[in-house]
Amino acid sequence: MRNAFVAGLLELAADDDRIVLLTGDLGFTVLEPFAEAYPDRFFNAGVAEQNMVGMATGLAEAGFTPFVYSIATFASMRPYEFIRNGPALHHLPVRVVGIGGGTDYGHNGVTHYALEDVGLMRLQPELTTVVCADREQTRTALRALKNYERPVYLRLGRGGTPVDGLDGRFTLGAAETIGDGTDALIVALGPLAAAALGAAALLERDGVGVTVAVVSSFNPSPDAQLAELIDRSRVALTVEGHYRTGGLGSYVAEVIADNGLGTPLSRIGIESMPRGFSGDEGYLAEAFGLTPAAIAARTTTALQAR
Amino acid sequence: MTREESLGGRLAGRIRRTVIERAYAAHVGHIGSALSIVDILAALYGDVINGMPDDPNRDRLVLSKGHAALALYAALAETGRLDRALLDEYCSDGTVVGVHPEHLAPGIDFSTGSLGQGLSLGTGAALAARLDGSARRSFVVVSDAECNEGSVWEAVMFAAHHKLANLVAIIDLNGQQAFGYTRDVLDLLPLGDRFRAFGWDVHDADGTNPDELAHVINALDTHSGAPHVVIAKTIFGRGVSFMESTIDWHYWPLNDEQYAQALAELEAAS
Repeated sequence: MRNAFVAGLLELAADDDRIVLLTGDLGFTVLEPFAEAYPDRFFNAGVAEQNMVGMATGLAEAGFTPFVYSIATFASMRPYEFIRNGPALHHLPVRVVGIGGGTDYGHNGVTHYALEDVGLMRLQPELTTVVCADREQTRTALRALKNYERPVYLRLGRGGTPVDGLDGRFTLGAAETIGDGTDALIVALGPLAAAALGAAALLERDGVGVTVAVVSSFNPSPDAQLAELIDRSRVALTVEGHYRTGGLGSYVAEVIADNGLGTPLSRIGIESMPRGFSGDEGYLAEAFGLTPAAIAARTTTALQAR
Repeated sequence: MTREESLGGRLAGRIRRTVIERAYAAHVGHIGSALSIVDILAALYGDVINGMPDDPNRDRLVLSKGHAALALYAALAETGRLDRALLDEYCSDGTVVGVHPEHLAPGIDFSTGSLGQGLSLGTGAALAARLDGSARRSFVVVSDAECNEGSVWEAVMFAAHHKLANLVAIIDLNGQQAFGYTRDVLDLLPLGDRFRAFGWDVHDADGTNPDELAHVINALDTHSGAPHVVIAKTIFGRGVSFMESTIDWHYWPLNDEQYAQALAELEAAS
């Protein structure tokens, strides 16, 4: 997704000379194409995320559209107050780009995991949060955000397994659905759509009808659309590379409460801080119950309890 | 001609009087901090800053020590950038002119209030001017104690590395912070050496003399070379004897007696 991001950014920058890219000294072997094409519009801010976001605010006030780039947890949490008092308060089109959602940084361990970034960003009503599901959607989302006047937090996966059936669809404030079964609704955050689709395939073999809803944006969020999908389903589940609280699961719980819906909800995510515990992608998905088999099993349990 | 009779001095006197009047009317504090930067703002708005608020090519000003915004409102009003009537709303319910400045108020370029963020905003503004090929400059008024914040030094490093000569930081060196004197909390001195070590062009100035300050700032080369810092030696609470260099007046509002005395002292000095 990182390479898709840079390709998309190059496309935008080709006819928008107000786009500038700042990095917190990350993106080695990724950002070079932009740096080479637009050396005057590329700045390595050093390992200094707070100043990077503060400067982006100053640049945006003068009419530029700065993209600031770092690993998701560093891009979101270290400069959080700068994001709040900067682009959010000033209502300026800064794009904070965070790479590696959830436990994407596998062996690097918990300091590199973004487990609460979506929750924190979603808390800011003035900030749009976009979580891209795969490479194609990254490209579409970037195009959709062209000339978008609000600030954006863009969370990109480190890898980019294509999500079958998504076909790069992205509409700001909408969920993209795949399938139309009404037994179970599996709502997935960005790249977890791939695992959700795997679970749906397993469940459908057993005659369980599933709809997968891929949620890629908050503020605006797909409230009404989700309420309708939840209401027609016997059970709803959320799947995210994020703590269970604050992110997608909490958001869907809000939609259920706000609309007085009776559909039971199971929130699948990371339960507690993974301390002293790291591994590769497959190992961690297994450990956190984010595999197709684990999601399917949770769905079956939820349906049985119904 | 005394300092008070000079053009800058007279502007400073008017700003000071407005600070005292509005702080008393609104019954709010931060008076000492506001009085500390009056001469700096009189220099900047009296004789340095180019362009009015509606001019996209105007010089930018960031009041990084946002808690002194009352002095900024007064300076903006005195120089025709903010409607005087708006000043009467200071700290009333629902107003845009509260204790800390918001960019939605006329003449305010950036919202501030959380210390340590303004120099980054100003660095971005300076970078933007360079990218635009504009001669506009970026001025940032920073408190001395604010330099406790690590993020200030992130901006200091970036600006020096990129030789942002159009960036001018003015440090309000009053030696005080909320709980005590800076030398007792986290000693900052020698501040000039610290900035020099980071590659900045350092100037010391009498922060109570608007004309000297303006002279120093106007002599800076803002087209090439290092970013500039003017370390302005100021007096917390300047102009009101019982506030000067006292810790208490960081937060206290004025009672009737103190208000009368403050006004009388300012009157006598003008």
